Amino acid sequence: MKKLLTVTLLSATMLAGTAQARDYETVRFGVDVPYEPMEYRTPDGELTGFDIDLGNALCAEIGIECEWVVQGWDGIIPGLMARKYDAIMSSMTINEERREQVLFSDPYFTPPSAWFVPADSEIGKPNEEALKDRNIGVQRGTLQDNYATDMYGDVADINRYATADDMVLDMEAGRLDAVFLDFPVGKSTLLDSEDNDYKVIGNMITEPKEYFGDGFGIAFRKRDEDLAKKFNEALATLKENGTYDEIFNKYF
Amino acid sequence: MEQLSAWFTELLADNSIFTARTLGYYGEGLVTTVQLVFLSLVIGLVIAVPLSIARGSKRKWIKMPIFFYTYVFRGTPLLIQLYIIYYGVVFIEGIQDTWLWVILEEPFYPALIAFTLNTVAYTTEIFHGAIKATSKGEIEAARAYGMSKSLMMRRIILPSAFRRALPAYGNEVIFMLHASAIASVVTIMDLTGAARLVYARFYAPFDAFLFVAALYLCLTFAILYLFRYLERRMLAHLKPQS
Repeated sequence: MKKLLTVTLLSATMLAGTAQARDYETVRFGVDVPYEPMEYRTPDGELTGFDIDLGNALCAEIGIECEWVVQGWDGIIPGLMARKYDAIMSSMTINEERREQVLFSDPYFTPPSAWFVPADSEIGKPNEEALKDRNIGVQRGTLQDNYATDMYGDVADINRYATADDMVLDMEAGRLDAVFLDFPVGKSTLLDSEDNDYKVIGNMITEPKEYFGDGFGIAFRKRDEDLAKKFNEALATLKENGTYDEIFNKYF
Repeated sequence: MEQLSAWFTELLADNSIFTARTLGYYGEGLVTTVQLVFLSLVIGLVIAVPLSIARGSKRKWIKMPIFFYTYVFRGTPLLIQLYIIYYGVVFIEGIQDTWLWVILEEPFYPALIAFTLNTVAYTTEIFHGAIKATSKGEIEAARAYGMSKSLMMRRIILPSAFRRALPAYGNEVIFMLHASAIASVVTIMDLTGAARLVYARFYAPFDAFLFVAALYLCLTFAILYLFRYLERRMLAHLKPQS
C-alpha cells in the first residue's frame, strides 16, 4: 500500500513536471536595463532596445503574448529558476557555465566587429594585399586584437592601444590607416563624429567563432525545449523575411 | 636560421605560451627597449654636459631658463610628458602638413624625444651638483697656476666632477631603463609591450611578466657591471693604497 502511494506520488510529481512544459500563452522575459542599445528605457519610461523589439517580433511570429520583467543582472538566472519569468533575453552571452543551468536558443546576435578607414582611404577590402605595411589600430587584449594579429600580424603593423579613445585620437591624427573595432563603438566614435570622415570597409565580421564567440542567446529553463524550438524557428523566419535586419538597422 | 627556429620549437614543445613566435615578440621588444634607452641616454649626455656648466653660470638669464627646464621635467611624471608629446602635438593645427610630422608620426620618435628631455633634466642636475662640489683647493691651485676659466673647466673641474657623478649617473641609467616600460602606452612594442601582448593572449600574467622581469634584470645587471668597471678605473685614485 505504502509502495503504491509512493508510486502515485512520484507519478503525480512527474505529471506536474510535464505539465510545466505546457504550451505557453504568455511568455515573460527577464531583462536587465539599461544596456544601450540592447535594452533601455525611453525618456517616458517605456522599455525599448534591440532585445525588446526582437523579442516582441518573435512572440508575434509565434503568436503568443510577451511580457517584460525587469530584473537585476546578478539575480537573472536564479529568477528564471524561481519562475519569476519564463525566459531571459538580456544580451546574455552563450557559454558553457551558463549552459549547465539553462537552455539557450540559437544565437540571435553576435556583436559585430568592423574595419574603419578614413573616407578618402584607398583601402577597398580588408585583405592581406590591401593591408600590407599599413598601420592597423586595435584595442589591446580584445578579441579584435587576437583576430587582427593572427590574420594580418605578419604583413601589417598592429598598433595596440590601452583604450579605444587613444586609438580614435591617433586615427584622427592620421597615424593609423585602419582600425578594427566593435561596430557599435566604432559607429558612435568614428562614424557619428562631427566631421564624419570615416567609412566602414567590407562586411560586419562575426566569424570565426573561436575569436568572436557564440553571441547572445535567449535562455530558457532546461525543460522548456518545445518553447526554445519555437523561438528558434521564429528567429529563422524573421532573419529570412527581413524583419530581423529592419530591427538591426534601427539600433545599429 | 631555419634550423635554429626548428630547434627552438622542439625545445619549447611542452608549453603553449613560450613558442618561437612569442619569443620573437620578446626579442623584438628587447631590441626596441635597448635602442630607445641607449639613444636617449647618449643624446641626453651630449646635451646635458654644456647645460650643466651653464646651469652654474653667474648670469641669471643663462641660469634661470635651465633651472626652469629641469624643474619642470623633474617635477612632472614621464608618462604625462610622453602623453603630451605623442597625443598633445596632434592638436596643433596643421602639424600633419609640416616636416615635423615625419618625425612625430611614428611612435618611436615622440617617445625618444620625451625620454631624452627627461634624462637631460636629471643628468644636468647630477652633473651640476658634482661640479658645484669640486673642492675649493683644486680651483685655487688651478688659479695659482694661472689657468684661464675654460682651461680650468676642461682640465680640472670637469674630469673630477664626472668621476664624482658616476655612481649617481649609473642610477639614472637604470632608472631610464625602467622608465622606458611606459613606452608601450603609445603602442611601441618594447619589452613591456611584448609582455602585455603575451599576457592578453594567454591570460597568463605570471609567465608573461616574470619572464620580462628576468630580461630587465639581465639588462640591469649589464649596466651595473659596466658602471662598476668604470668606477673601478676612474675612481681608482680614491681607493686606499696598500
